[in-house]
Amino acid sequence: MLARDEDILKAAEDWRKAGRGVALATVVETWGSAPRPVGSNLVIDDQGNFLGSVSGGCVEGAVVTEAIDVIESGKPKTLEFGVADETAWKVGLSCGGTIRVFVEKVE
Amino acid sequence: MKIEILKTLNEERAARRAAIVVTHQDSGEQRLVKAEDAARDPLKDILDKHFRSGKSGMEETPQGKVFLTVHVPPTRLVITGAVHISQALAPIAGLLGYDVTIVDPRTAFASIERFPDVKVIAEWPDVALPPLGIDRYTAFVALTHDPKIDDPGLTIALKSHCFYIGALGSRKTHARRVTRLKEERGFTDNEIGRIHSPIGLDIGAVSPAEIAVAIMGEITARLRQADAA
Repeated sequence: MLARDEDILKAAEDWRKAGRGVALATVVETWGSAPRPVGSNLVIDDQGNFLGSVSGGCVEGAVVTEAIDVIESGKPKTLEFGVADETAWKVGLSCGGTIRVFVEKVE
Repeated sequence: MKIEILKTLNEERAARRAAIVVTHQDSGEQRLVKAEDAARDPLKDILDKHFRSGKSGMEETPQGKVFLTVHVPPTRLVITGAVHISQALAPIAGLLGYDVTIVDPRTAFASIERFPDVKVIAEWPDVALPPLGIDRYTAFVALTHDPKIDDPGLTIALKSHCFYIGALGSRKTHARRVTRLKEERGFTDNEIGRIHSPIGLDIGAVSPAEIAVAIMGEITARLRQADAA
C-alpha cells in the first residue's frame, strides 16, 4: 500500500534515459479528505503523456500543463489545488480537500 | 530531481531497501538518504520517525522546511504451518498490506483449496525459506506446534534481520523450544529473546481468528513503535 509508486518512478527513470523531457509531481501536503496521500507521484513527459496520480483525476490535467512548463524552464513549482467544488461533486469526486503538489524536472 | 538520485532510489527499491528523498522547499535542493545511513544523518530523529511510519510528509528543520518522500518496501509475512490459525492470519495480514507466504511440507495441509490467493510452498523450511530472502521488512511466525518444522524455520529467522519473530505454544512448550534452540542449534538467550512466545498481544484470544488478530496486533506494534516489546 505504501509502494504503489514503483512503476511510476521506474517510468520516470526510463523515460529520461530514453531522452524524453520528464517532470515528477509529488503530493507534499494535504488538508481535509484529499483523494491521494502525501507522497503520491505523477510522472509527466514533454508530450503530455503521464503515469500515476496525485488526485484521483481531479487536477491531473492542470498538473500536466504546469509540468510541461517546468520541463521547459527547469524551475520547480509548488501548486495548490482546492478540490472541493460543485463540478467535482457532480462528476463523483467527493474529495472536499486541498492538496499541494511539488513539480520538478528530472535532469 | 537529478537522474542519479532517481536511479539510486530505484535500485534501493528493487533491492527491498528503504530510502528517503529529502527536498528543501525553498532551495529545491535534494538528496537521498539510504536507511543504512540514517543514523549518521543530521536529521536522524526525523528520518527515523518516517522510516518507521513509512509515511511521507513535511517537516520543519533548523535549515527550513523539508519534504520527505519515504520509500519503504512492502512488508512480508512468512508463516510455517498451513494450519487453522494461518487460514485467518493470511487474509488479515493481506488486508494490512503484507505479502504472505506459507511454508508447510505436509502436502495435505498446504493445499490451494485451503489457501486461495496465498503463496503456499509445500516444502521444508530449510529448503523454502532461504530463497525468500527474509529481511528487516519481514515478519516470521511459526505455527505448526511441530519442532521438526518450526525449529528449522526459527533458526533461519533468528539468523536474519526480520523485524518480528513469533512462535505458537504454551509457556511449557516454549521452554522446551528454548532448550532445543540452545542445545541443538547453539543460540544464546539473548538471540532467543527475539521470539515472541506466547505469541500475540494478550487480548484473551480464543478462536483461531482471534489469535490471528492478536498476532497481527503484535506484529503491527513491532513494526510501528520504536519501543514495542
